[in-house]
Amino acid sequence: MSDTTFVPAPPLDYLHDGATLKSWLLTTDHKRIAILFGLSITFFFFIGAVAISIVRLELLTPAGDLVSDDTYNKMFTIHGIVMVWFFLIPSIPATFGNFLLPLMIGAKDLAFPRINLLSWYLYIGGAAFTVLTLILGGVDTGWTFYTPYSTMFSNSSVLTAAMGIFVVGFSSVLTGVNFIATTHMLRAPGMTWFRMPLFVWAMYATSLVMVLATPVLAMTLLLIMAERWFDLPIFDASRGGDPLLFQHLFWFYSHPAVYIMVLPAMGVASEILTCFARRRLFGYSFMVYALVAIAVIGFFVWGHHMFVSGQSAYANVVFSFLSFMVAVPSAIKVFNWTATLYRGSISFDAPMLYIFGFMGLFTIGGLTGLFLATVPIDIHVTDTYFVVAHFHYIMVGGSVSAFFGALHFWWPKITGKLYPERLARFAAITMFVGFNLTFFPQFVMGYLGMPRRYHVYPPEFQVYHVLSTCGAAVLGVAYILPLFYLIWSFRNGARASSNPWNAKGLEWQTPSPPPHENFLTPPIVEQPYDYQPADIAGGRDAR
Amino acid sequence: MSTAFLHPPFDTLERQHQAVSFGVWLFLVSEVLLFSGLFAGYGVYRELFPAGFLAAGRHTDIVFGTANTAILMSSSFTIAVAGRAARADLGRMAWWLLVVTFGLGVLFLVLKGFEYREDIANHLLPAPAFAVPVPGAQIFFSYYWIMTSVHAVHVTCGLIAVGRLIVISRNNLAWLSGSASEDATALYWHLVDVIWIVLYPLLYLVGRAHG
Repeated sequence: MSDTTFVPAPPLDYLHDGATLKSWLLTTDHKRIAILFGLSITFFFFIGAVAISIVRLELLTPAGDLVSDDTYNKMFTIHGIVMVWFFLIPSIPATFGNFLLPLMIGAKDLAFPRINLLSWYLYIGGAAFTVLTLILGGVDTGWTFYTPYSTMFSNSSVLTAAMGIFVVGFSSVLTGVNFIATTHMLRAPGMTWFRMPLFVWAMYATSLVMVLATPVLAMTLLLIMAERWFDLPIFDASRGGDPLLFQHLFWFYSHPAVYIMVLPAMGVASEILTCFARRRLFGYSFMVYALVAIAVIGFFVWGHHMFVSGQSAYANVVFSFLSFMVAVPSAIKVFNWTATLYRGSISFDAPMLYIFGFMGLFTIGGLTGLFLATVPIDIHVTDTYFVVAHFHYIMVGGSVSAFFGALHFWWPKITGKLYPERLARFAAITMFVGFNLTFFPQFVMGYLGMPRRYHVYPPEFQVYHVLSTCGAAVLGVAYILPLFYLIWSFRNGARASSNPWNAKGLEWQTPSPPPHENFLTPPIVEQPYDYQPADIAGGRDAR
Repeated sequence: MSTAFLHPPFDTLERQHQAVSFGVWLFLVSEVLLFSGLFAGYGVYRELFPAGFLAAGRHTDIVFGTANTAILMSSSFTIAVAGRAARADLGRMAWWLLVVTFGLGVLFLVLKGFEYREDIANHLLPAPAFAVPVPGAQIFFSYYWIMTSVHAVHVTCGLIAVGRLIVISRNNLAWLSGSASEDATALYWHLVDVIWIVLYPLLYLVGRAHG
């Protein structure tokens, strides 16, 4: 027997550990579920993109000449619903969070693998209702479902749309519960709380918001459905109801939801910046406290969406003050990222370009948020394109940039393949240019008084709309390009090593793509972000 | 304890139990937030329409409400004792206590159904022929119907969970003490009970003190 020369084959990686459709649809492997989520949200991203393309084309001319006003309303509504609940909310957490959280803390899987699969099926259930809404002719209330229009007057498919969001909400809650329990229960020996990567902290803070805010939205939508379906008076002012109660309940969820979208992006930024600057994260513990502070304070600022709703002046002052407060930890994060770059040896690979884009655009979005937190300015620009530009700078400029940064940074880990770097840099720069061309003119026209959600507008705004539509076309190219070269890379790309970026973090200590059980040997936990710049000699202080 | 109940990604049964219990608690927090959306609305409208709420509160059926409160609290008692019994190796007793819990849950829903029938017959469904002509009374009953029906959905989910325990452990009593399912189910069942204990005064006792 030649036992001594027998070398066991390395275990199959998670992509090849079962090839049938069933092995994917019934998987409890967090990595495969992440892929399922990734494919699903990509599908919805393109539905939302098509809807808004029709809107942007309509706005090329001041007259309503491409689609009817009804169709226009349905298009921006489906764009909002799909992009918020079926792309942005699950985007980074359900894909990269799902894939990376166990790897980053050295666990074999999430704490509740079957619940994790259930999260995906709930997402698909909610998605089915949303597709049904489209088939039934769409919904025209705007993504905010404001009463009394949504409950008493809209003739579109409000019930199925609300049901879709109601169902997908439970997917969020279960993902949040799973992430929090995993972080508490399954950290590898040595992985103390203050050694956790910022991405894990970001997932933790995001999960807290998901678990605490989402059920309130679920109940609010249930009330909408009850009023619309059974004619129960709840928000109907003619029977004593208060439509403002709806707005309070809705924004109690939907403002924290902004932080569900942007906290994960902040986590991604901290991972990528440190790697491509070869620096320790500046002020690690402050970064952690800032994440948690944003998550907590974010619960108490919802009234800034209601400055012109007729709520009391005292409420306005308090909500304005609290909205300024939430900018403080956000600013701490931006300053600390900047300080992290100081004396780093910076390389401009595609993930880093996306994160530079994220930093700049998030900062503009955040600063214009301060304008909007100031009651007199908010009264002037409420419901204008200024607001639209502001939140797109956060959600698209911030979150989507970080999503693409994460996609490129962890692509070699997820697929085991390298992507074409030059094309990727080109796409990253195109995205930045296209984004600014799309949304910066919207700040200007909003400030000049162009209201949102109008499909006919005075001709003096046309130049801004034309710029914006051109920008959207550029942005479209920047989104489609990675779709093609990443598919190419998955099929034909060069093999990636286990750590192509020479990055720190436990996920880089295992093969790419990782095996089903994540680690073949127990990972070794070090200080987080223990990078040593090539051109700096010296001890710990120099790092 | 045997390792037959140990599932990946856990290395020890103790840790797994901790995680399940912790996860269920987190989920219960989210359930409380779900109902708190209703409690907030109830509070706002009671402040706006004190007379309407007092008048409407006298029209809910106190007999059904009180009986159901007693039934649900008893079921919480039986499921709690079932857990203790399972851990004390009294598997058969634990199993029967779960059956009693299940029966009490069903009884709750049956009584609730009869109550709903009477409510509809008494014109307590907010509609043009509504029985209480006081402003705000219809809103009170909107909340009555939504709160009790959402709660009934939770009781139904709880019954499915308890039914699952009964079916799986019928020929495998060791599973009751070994797996974390009994604890998790009991925690959820208690929450359903606790929510009802808040609903009971809000919906059945309000207005009664004024004769």
